[in-house]
Amino acid sequence: MKQHVLIALRYTLITALLLGIVYPLAVTGIASLTMRNKANGQLLFRDGQVIGSALIGQPFTGPGFFHSRPSSAGAGYDASASSGSNYGPTSKTLVERVEASVRSESAGTSTPVPIDLVTASGSGLDPDITPAAALYQVPRVARERHLSEARVDALVRQHITPRQFGLLGEPHVNLLSLNLALAR
Amino acid sequence: MTLNGWLQIAVFIAAILLLAKPMGSYMTRVFDRRKTLLDPLLSPCERLLYRVTGINAEAEMRWTEYALAMLVFSAATLLLTYIVERLQGRLPFNPQHLPGVESALALNTAISFTTNTNWQSYVPESTMSYLTQMLGLATHNFWSAAVGLALAIAFVRGIARRESKTLGNFWVDLTRGTLWILLPLSLVFALVLVSQGVVQNFKSYDTVKLVEPQTVTGADGKTSTITTQTIAQGPVASQEAIKMLGTNGGGFFNTNSAHPFENPTALSNLLQMLAIFLIPAGLTVTLGQMVGSPKHGWAVLAAMVVLWFAGTLTVYSAESHGNPLLPHVDSRASLTQSGGNMEGKEVRFGIANSALFATVTTDASCGAVNGMHDSFTPLGGMVPMINILLGEVVFGGVGAGLYGMLVFVVMAVFIAGLMVGRTPEYLGKKIESFDVQMAMLYLLIFPLLILGFSAVSVLLPKLGLSSLANHGPHGLSEILYAYTSATGNNGSAFAGLNANTPWFNYSIAIAMFFGRFIMIVPMLAIAGNLAGKKIVPASAGTFPVTTPLFTILLTGVIVIVGALTFCPVLSLGPVLEDLLLRAGQTF
Repeated sequence: MKQHVLIALRYTLITALLLGIVYPLAVTGIASLTMRNKANGQLLFRDGQVIGSALIGQPFTGPGFFHSRPSSAGAGYDASASSGSNYGPTSKTLVERVEASVRSESAGTSTPVPIDLVTASGSGLDPDITPAAALYQVPRVARERHLSEARVDALVRQHITPRQFGLLGEPHVNLLSLNLALAR
Repeated sequence: MTLNGWLQIAVFIAAILLLAKPMGSYMTRVFDRRKTLLDPLLSPCERLLYRVTGINAEAEMRWTEYALAMLVFSAATLLLTYIVERLQGRLPFNPQHLPGVESALALNTAISFTTNTNWQSYVPESTMSYLTQMLGLATHNFWSAAVGLALAIAFVRGIARRESKTLGNFWVDLTRGTLWILLPLSLVFALVLVSQGVVQNFKSYDTVKLVEPQTVTGADGKTSTITTQTIAQGPVASQEAIKMLGTNGGGFFNTNSAHPFENPTALSNLLQMLAIFLIPAGLTVTLGQMVGSPKHGWAVLAAMVVLWFAGTLTVYSAESHGNPLLPHVDSRASLTQSGGNMEGKEVRFGIANSALFATVTTDASCGAVNGMHDSFTPLGGMVPMINILLGEVVFGGVGAGLYGMLVFVVMAVFIAGLMVGRTPEYLGKKIESFDVQMAMLYLLIFPLLILGFSAVSVLLPKLGLSSLANHGPHGLSEILYAYTSATGNNGSAFAGLNANTPWFNYSIAIAMFFGRFIMIVPMLAIAGNLAGKKIVPASAGTFPVTTPLFTILLTGVIVIVGALTFCPVLSLGPVLEDLLLRAGQTF
């Protein structure tokens, strides 16, 4: 018993250093030498100021922007407080929230709203919307920005990321890059 | 459901079946202490570690000593994590200056990670420093997985050895599992994850100037303008790799593998799912090889695949149908969207990958999530729960899945013996009353903890019910899922439940602790007892454990034991919720 206690204490300390310090530092070292941008979160800069990460969603609610999905993270897509809504399917709050989003997104039109545009993502930081959700918003954005629908439509289609290797995941539109392209 | 969705699911399971044999054969070599390619690099480290810590690598242990060494080691690691959590405010690698963790939460977390559960009552990005994540939590992802591996190998030795008193050396199995299997795989996998965009740095959190500043109305009715976004950072990839390979599942961030920094692309998502099943699938091959009956390993694997498929089919179908209560939305699958129930799911994964991930993470004892199980449809959310309630033997956790499955194998063989009126045998070993008693003990502790704690929580309005985020049958599901996940050492959650209260922190800690360690003891007792038995030569009356008939019997035993125990509570939770959803009832 005593012998195993001593071994356990020594073993814990030594392997803690190996697995808890040396290993993560080694991964950090290799990653920052070979994939620095990715290891640091793919930050985007404008005029020397960080304006976002290619991977982290931002809130867009104005009529001239393509809208982001509702979010249950901290206010303003706070990426230090990621969260889903955790509303169950029979939650009254969920149904009411979706109804409100549907009213504001459809703005009186009769076309049903693509589901992702009115539901919160798991992380609350979803950087993407579906191509369906982006195309749905083309008429409004074109009207607000005084652009032709054909031009905005083409811009959306340029920003559709297809499935990885044509197989994995789902086609999606990175909202930050689409809205930045729109603002240019 | 779409063709592409099924194609992605097919690619996943095909990859697992292809990887099982090389992985399993490698693990057999590692634990039999045979030559491997990594020996020139690792053998000197191994010898050095034994010398410094005072391990006699040639000593063999009986099951009681093996269990003792395992318990003492787990206690030591638990203590270290508790200390690091409490002192993190005064330790380095803490750019956000987070204070020490409060005691109930620190204890819950230390037990959670020691037991390979990774239940998280805390919000990591605002609670845990980088040092705590690396030294306090990621280390446990290695240790608890290596412990699970060692225990599974000990059980297999119990079956394989004849007239032997011992099961191997715990310290040697622990070391070889860590150095030869978990560490090299993690190192490679971490770098692949970075290539997909998983972050790995020690920066303080970034502040971003929002492209479109937002005006928000607070709870007090005042409006304010938000112009910036804070982006949490950290050494994520190194932890993410072992989180999946060790079937731990504790997220670096609050939303786990749904967070774009933990799981940025469809490829990282596929690899994470493969990492969950890689070692458990390989272990079935290891089992076959070590007991000298490779076909038996495949027969066990076949039972796992059958149950995996049933789960995946159910979740995928349920989530594809979407939520009928949401009006005026388009949730049909088309070329431009995957449709379905998108609340709590990420666009880049869509329905198929979210459904598959939820199935895989609960088949195994991983508990990482890439979508919020709390927001799944009633039947879609019931499958993850059932997967854990069946004992996480469908592939299962690293090691824990295999020894859990072997307990079911003992039961299946016993039932087969009863049916034909012969003394049951398993690979030439007579299964006698002691073995069956221990197997039943293993199988009964589990529902006792889950149903007992759930019942108490439901009966305590101030302690249990006040933590609920959802009401009606879904509320029962939230509590049931919490104790299921804790006892099964899974760690996923119906996360609406506020579990960071003294009642839940302590009761869940007890469920996790007993669910791991109390169940290991009867399991090792069976192994120790089996090791001492003689081999009875096979005869015409021997029930073969290598055939499809055995696979069917094993699957049946798992389903019947699980169904008989948990049907009543499931019918009050998810089943009732499904009926009310169809009737249009909200809560």
